[in-house]
Amino acid sequence: MTTTTEASVNNGVNVEALLEAKAALTEAPEAAKFIWRANCKWVNGTHSNSVVKSFFGLGEEQNHRTEFTFDADHPEVFASEDNGAAPIEYVLVGLASCLTAGIAAIAQHREIQLRSVSATLEGGMDIQGILGIDSDVRNGFDGIKVTYDIDADASRTDIEALVAQSQKRSAVFDIVANPTNITVEIK
Amino acid sequence: MSRCLTERSIDHVVLEQGEVANSWRKERWESLRLLTPNWQSKLPGYSYDGEDPDGYMELPEIIDFIDGYAKFLSAPVQTDTTVTSVAYKNDRYQLSTNQGNWQSKAVVLASGAFKIPNVPLFNGALPSSITTITPDQYRSPDQLEEGGVLVVGASATGLQFADEIHRSGRPVTLAIGEHVRMPRVYRGRDIQWWMDAAGVLDERYDEVDDIVRARNVPSPQLVGTPGRLTMDLNSVTDLGVKLIGRFAGISGNRAQFSGSLRNVCALADLKMGRLLDTIDEWALDNAMDDRVEAPERYPATRVDDAPPLSIDLANGKIRTVIWATGFRPDYSWLDLPVLDRKGQIRHDGGVVDSPGMYVMGLTFLRRRKSSFIHGAGDDARDLSDHLVTYLEECATTSSH
Ligand SMILES: Cc1cc2nc3c(=O)[nH]c(=O)nc-3n(C[C@H](O)[C@H](O)[C@H](O)COP(=O)(O)OP(=O)(O)OC[C@H]3O[C@@H](n4cnc5c(N)ncnc54)[C@H](O)[C@@H]3O)c2cc1C
Repeated sequence: MTTTTEASVNNGVNVEALLEAKAALTEAPEAAKFIWRANCKWVNGTHSNSVVKSFFGLGEEQNHRTEFTFDADHPEVFASEDNGAAPIEYVLVGLASCLTAGIAAIAQHREIQLRSVSATLEGGMDIQGILGIDSDVRNGFDGIKVTYDIDADASRTDIEALVAQSQKRSAVFDIVANPTNITVEIK
Repeated sequence: MSRCLTERSIDHVVLEQGEVANSWRKERWESLRLLTPNWQSKLPGYSYDGEDPDGYMELPEIIDFIDGYAKFLSAPVQTDTTVTSVAYKNDRYQLSTNQGNWQSKAVVLASGAFKIPNVPLFNGALPSSITTITPDQYRSPDQLEEGGVLVVGASATGLQFADEIHRSGRPVTLAIGEHVRMPRVYRGRDIQWWMDAAGVLDERYDEVDDIVRARNVPSPQLVGTPGRLTMDLNSVTDLGVKLIGRFAGISGNRAQFSGSLRNVCALADLKMGRLLDTIDEWALDNAMDDRVEAPERYPATRVDDAPPLSIDLANGKIRTVIWATGFRPDYSWLDLPVLDRKGQIRHDGGVVDSPGMYVMGLTFLRRRKSSFIHGAGDDARDLSDHLVTYLEECATTSSH
C-alpha cells in the first residue's frame, strides 16, 4: 500500500515502512524471530566493556551500521573507579529509550506532531539486598518512576494515551515488568 | 440462522449435542444475569415482552427465552446429537454424529465462541495444594474451600466472581491484565442504550482500524443487577478485594505478577473516557443533550503504590485459583484445513475459507455486537443471503 499524500506530521518515523513490515511479518511469522546480542569483556575491578554489533532477524544475520561500545563500572562511593555508567543505570537507559522511541512511532501513526519529549527516570534500590545484609530485601529496583515532559500538538488526554500505548508495546517495559527466564552457562 | 434459512426456503437441520440453550444450562454460574438489558435481547422476529425492559435476565429466564424462540420458530432442532467430525468429500460436507451421518452442501458453525476456557500453560506448575477451577465449572462460592481465592482475569466474568466470592467471606486477590471499563448507567441511560444508539455496536469488521486487535478485546466490565450497579475495580477495592498485576508465571512456589498494573488501568480509564466522549458528541449532534442528565467523568482506577509482584502459594493463604482468562471455540471435530497457525478459524466476516461453510457468534465476526444475543440477527441475515447465492451457484454449475 502506498499513499502519495504529503504527511503534515513528521516525527522522523517511517510509519509506512513499519506498517508494511507488520503486514509482511503477519504473513511470514518466522521472519519475525529476532536474536539480540551483546559481548562483554572484563577490564579491571568492576569495570567492563560491552560491544554490540551483530543481531539476527528477518531470517538472516544482520549488522548495526557501526559497532557500539559501552563502558560500565560503579561510582566511587562503591570504591570503584567510575569508568562508566552503573549496569543498573543501563537498565534505566534501555527503558527510557524504548518508551521514547515508542512514543515517537505511535505519535506519527496517530498524526500527532511532537515538539519535545523528555523523560526523567528514577529507580529506587535498597543496597542491603546486593550486599547480603538483609535477605528480605530484593537485589533489584523496588520500583521505577518515569516522568515524561511532552510538548506536542495534542490534548493532555491524547498525550496520556500515547504514553500508555507506548508502555503496552514496549519490549523493555515488558522485560522489566514481567519475569524472564535467564540461562547463564560456562563454556 | 435457522429462522433466516426458513425465510429463504432452505431445507436445514440444527444439530445440538444437548438441549436447546445448552451452554446456559450447563456451563454458567448460578447468580449469572445477562449484562445486556432485556429490551436488547432481540432475535429475528422475537423480543422480550415482559414488564421490565430495563432489567437483566437471570439464568432461568435466559433459558426460557432461548427455548421460547426455538418453539416460536418450530426450529428443526435435533437434540442429543453431537457432531464428531466434519469433512469434505464428493462436493459435500460429510458430518458424523453420535446419531448417524449427514451430508450437506452448506454448513453453519454455531457451536459457540466461549466453549473452552483459556488456561495458561503454567497452570501445571501450581502447587498441588491449590484447587484450580474454570468459569464453566464454577457455580457459586459455596463450592469453594474456605480461605483465600486468586481470581485471574478482571473482565465481566472475573470481576463478578471476585465480587461474590469476596462477599462470601473468602478473601479475594484479583490479577488484572487488559480490561474494558464502563459505567452501567451513563447520563441516566444504560450504557448499552448509548452504544446501540450511537452506532458503536453496529461498527463493521471491515471498517475498523485493526480487526485482529478488535477481535481480541475482552468483554466489558459490566454486570446486570436489579439496582443497575456499576462494577469496576474501584467497587471491588471498596469491598476489600486486593488488586495485583497480570499473572505472569510461577517460580517455585511463588506466583509472579506483572508490574504493568498501573498502565493497564490507565489504558482502561483512557479508553472509557474516549467512549464517553463519543457518546457526548453523539448526544449533542442528535439534540439529546438537554433530554438526558449532564455528562459525567469517573474517578481514575485506584492502584496501590506498590502492589505485590509475587505471592507464596504454599503457605495456605490462597486455597483456590480461578482462571477467568477468557474462552475460545472448540474446533477439534473439524477435519478441514480451515484453521490458522493459532487454531483460529479463517473467515471473512463469517464466510469460512471453505466453500459453503459459515461461522456465527464469534467476537466481532461482522460487527462489534456479533458475539452477543442481539448481534445474531444481522449476521444471520447477511450470511444466509451469502449462503443462498452459494447454493444457487452450485445448482447452475451442476446443471451444465
Ligand atoms: C459468561 C458469559 C456471559 C455472557 N453474557 C452475555 C450477555 O449478557 N448478553 C449477551 O448478549 N451475550 C452474552 N454472552 C455471549 C453469549 O454466549 C452469546 O450471546 C450467545 O449465547 C451465543 O450463542 P451461540 O448460539 O452462538 O453459542 P452457544 O450459546 O454457546 O451455543 C452453541 C451450541 O452449540 C452446541 N454445540 C457445540 N459443539 C457442538 C457439537 N460438536 N455438536 C453439536 N452441538 C454442539 C452447544 O451445546 C450449544 O448449545 C455471554 C457469554 C458468556 C460466556
